[in-house]
Amino acid sequence: MDRELSKYFDYLDLDADWVGLRLISEKLTSRSVRDGNPQTNRHFCDRGLMVEVLANGQFGYAATNRLTLESIQAAANRAYRQAIATSRWSIYQFSTDVRPKGVGTYQSPQSSQEPLSVADMVGRLKQVCDALKVSDKIIQTKASVDITDAEHYFVSTNGSDVHQQFRLAVSNFIATAQDGTITQQRTDHGYSARSHQGTLDGLADPEVFHRARRIGEQAVELLAAEECPDTCTTLVLAPDQMMLQLHESVGHPLELDRILGDERNYAGSSFVKLSDFGSLVYGSPLMNVTFDLSVSGERGSYAFDDVGIPATREFLIENGVLKRGLGSIESQQRSQVPGVANSRVSSWNRPAIDRMANINLEPGDASFDDIIGSIESGVYMEANRSWSIDDYRNKFQFGCEYGRLIEDGKLTKTVRNPNYRGISSSFWRSLMKVGNANTFQVFGTSNCGKGEPNQVIRVGHASPVCAFDNVEVFGGAG
Amino acid sequence: MSVQRGAPEKFGLGAVDGWEEGFNGLCDAAIATLKPNEHLSLELSGESSHFMRLNNSKVRQSGTVGAGYVALQLVNGDRTALMTVPFTGDRELDRTAAVEALDELRRELPQLPTDPYVVLPDNLGNSRDRHGGQLLDPDQAADALLRSDQDFDLTGIYASGAVVRATGNSAGQRHWFATETFDLDYSIIGPSERAVKGSLAGQAWDQRKFERQVERSRTQLITLESQPFKTIKPGQYRTYLAPAAVTELVFMLSWGAVSEASMRQGSSALAKLREGQSLSHHFTFVEDFTQGTVPRFNNLGEVSAPEVPIIVEGELRNTLVSTRTAKEYGIKSNAASYWEGMRSPRIASGTLAESDILQTLDCGLYLSNLHYLNWSDQPGGRITGMTRYACFWVENGEIQAPIQDLRFDDSLYNFFGPNLVALTDTAEFVPDPDTYEDRSIGGVITPGLLINDFTFTL
Repeated sequence: MDRELSKYFDYLDLDADWVGLRLISEKLTSRSVRDGNPQTNRHFCDRGLMVEVLANGQFGYAATNRLTLESIQAAANRAYRQAIATSRWSIYQFSTDVRPKGVGTYQSPQSSQEPLSVADMVGRLKQVCDALKVSDKIIQTKASVDITDAEHYFVSTNGSDVHQQFRLAVSNFIATAQDGTITQQRTDHGYSARSHQGTLDGLADPEVFHRARRIGEQAVELLAAEECPDTCTTLVLAPDQMMLQLHESVGHPLELDRILGDERNYAGSSFVKLSDFGSLVYGSPLMNVTFDLSVSGERGSYAFDDVGIPATREFLIENGVLKRGLGSIESQQRSQVPGVANSRVSSWNRPAIDRMANINLEPGDASFDDIIGSIESGVYMEANRSWSIDDYRNKFQFGCEYGRLIEDGKLTKTVRNPNYRGISSSFWRSLMKVGNANTFQVFGTSNCGKGEPNQVIRVGHASPVCAFDNVEVFGGAG
Repeated sequence: MSVQRGAPEKFGLGAVDGWEEGFNGLCDAAIATLKPNEHLSLELSGESSHFMRLNNSKVRQSGTVGAGYVALQLVNGDRTALMTVPFTGDRELDRTAAVEALDELRRELPQLPTDPYVVLPDNLGNSRDRHGGQLLDPDQAADALLRSDQDFDLTGIYASGAVVRATGNSAGQRHWFATETFDLDYSIIGPSERAVKGSLAGQAWDQRKFERQVERSRTQLITLESQPFKTIKPGQYRTYLAPAAVTELVFMLSWGAVSEASMRQGSSALAKLREGQSLSHHFTFVEDFTQGTVPRFNNLGEVSAPEVPIIVEGELRNTLVSTRTAKEYGIKSNAASYWEGMRSPRIASGTLAESDILQTLDCGLYLSNLHYLNWSDQPGGRITGMTRYACFWVENGEIQAPIQDLRFDDSLYNFFGPNLVALTDTAEFVPDPDTYEDRSIGGVITPGLLINDFTFTL
């Protein structure tokens, strides 16, 4: 990475109020093995720069992957002309207040372990496939890893200089079981949910094969399981499904750019209004949600957002009351609602917009046994496999891989195709138990999509086990 | 200080002048380094794009992107690996990056296990397509789309510019496809936040056509805004799905349905068709490249037939088969992409006249758009999603009121099966506005569908 990025300012001759340069390089290595045979061995190398210019109160941008002085100058001119050409139509007159100077660095957690060689890593994935195949009823096994090294380097004419280095790892194990016309799939906490910063957790650990065997066994177990019943009951969600529940029905509705209307043509708006911040009872008093980039290894962590604003831990919802939005410095100014440092980009070629990073539900005080033991009748669900929610992030329907009935305070029969549906604005008010720190688990996803032009970004979610009262649950088509 | 003024900025295909020669030169240079037993396939994707994001008839963000990538797939014997590197248009930089990528792949290949399904490049002929357009200058686009006296809320994305797709390989095959397109994907939104969705796409910007279309959307919005919402209880309703709504269902078929690999590996939502079940005889679904909006060649440069019938009158005729899948299962490839999804889907039109839609619907729901679809039971072919935008309750063949959004959850074996009553006699082209990673081209050609007993759950 060119650590002298700010030198280019000497060669830019623009009548602009502010100029920023964001250089991003990334190398993604993906390896996958299916049924013991190599499926994918690929590397994706990317590098490019965005010039962002503020002129006449409007930002313009131009992105190029041709990192020569001439090309960067041309990009700066294009960005400037875009700012000028659209300033007459600007949605808000911005000033340099939304680009304060930020200086600092960040690095993902490092490991002292030697990284696996290519041969060892692919060999491990093959062994995982072998471990997943616990029976002839397993018709497909798949094991994959994605490792990303990324650098975000941001400088500006008012002295910002932020350099952040990320190491991200995702592993994914899948067992597909089939018996006659019934097919069931089980994964390692949901597709790509085992997604963190730092090195790949545990691929070299023998425990990984125990985990893989259990995934295979549960896929087979689901074949003979009853369909999840169609009923209204108490629903207990494991942290690997709470991840999705938080993401879709807390994270997205609290994004200020959605509430300000930027996303209405694509991802949608929100049932939350600007006037709700500070007063809306979002959930039961047990609900405490944070924007927290301090959890070591959580996937969305950083020290600064992509316009150089330092990130701090903030309560979005405290004791059930909505306090703060997921809004960047630009959205905070437009809305006059408190926000967080979440101007993020998916790539060098996309402008920063409001994004989630790590959105976590804070632990409560109930043990897992306490939660299950307190329920006379209910359903416990693990691992997301289907998700759909309306454009106001209100009416949702989510499906899980694996369910168990709860009867008289005990987990009993396994049920397949467990689904549930609800309405965000009332669902969180039915939160009746929040698990303690022993039930708290950290997951992430690389696939949060939003924005025009579209951007897919990595986020982290951590949560304890939670129980919700009076939820509509149901099974599959049979 | 003032802006440096040089030669006029190039945009669209002008900005990728020289890329074809540069890519072919890169192919030659990379192939020249190959050693015995080595084979190479190269794929270029790139764009020179302008993106302008609108909110409330104002500009939220606007800028340009010049991006390109070359994927190099190296095969040595029965081992293979792939590396994608930036393609910048600078010949020396690009060749150096490609040669270095090959060196890294060469170091990696011996460490990989053998791959029984490795695909060697082939030369089945070359092609060259270049579709020039007439696009708005990026610095004039805002003035063309917005008016100071505009009394409505126009929100969405205007994207335009050149898109390039190309392949080359060590068997000597070359394909080149370059096109200039624009796509305005918009919503006209009323004070109560009700909205009418629209899109305008093509190769030549027509200001009058744009103004007429936006005016039509605005008129529809006034109708939408003039009536109170009707709340519909969950249940089963006779339902008309307009082409934009059908498009969302078509996209689902690319996600673990039409793929031969998904069929073989237990995840296809169309598996029951292979087991002997059928859909409505009204339903015919084709991979159709005859419109020329997307290249017929895939990532390996393999060229599909102009038309690949997938479902004909309700019967499964073909799945999409990549060469790798073909090799694994000992079947014939139909030059599908590696992910075996639809690249140019078309649903055959039917006989229902546009003017008869409401009368034939009689009593039920008219849905303009669907939103956020997902499989709720993939082996069962069950899809859930939401209604969105201009959706109405209809009685006695007349629109009665807009509806509150509803969640549907139903199986394609029902709505493309016995519950499919009719398809409209004209099919529309619905452009794909997707800009994840790069700007999509092409779209879906589909009529509207009239369905009995479409199931709504929330």
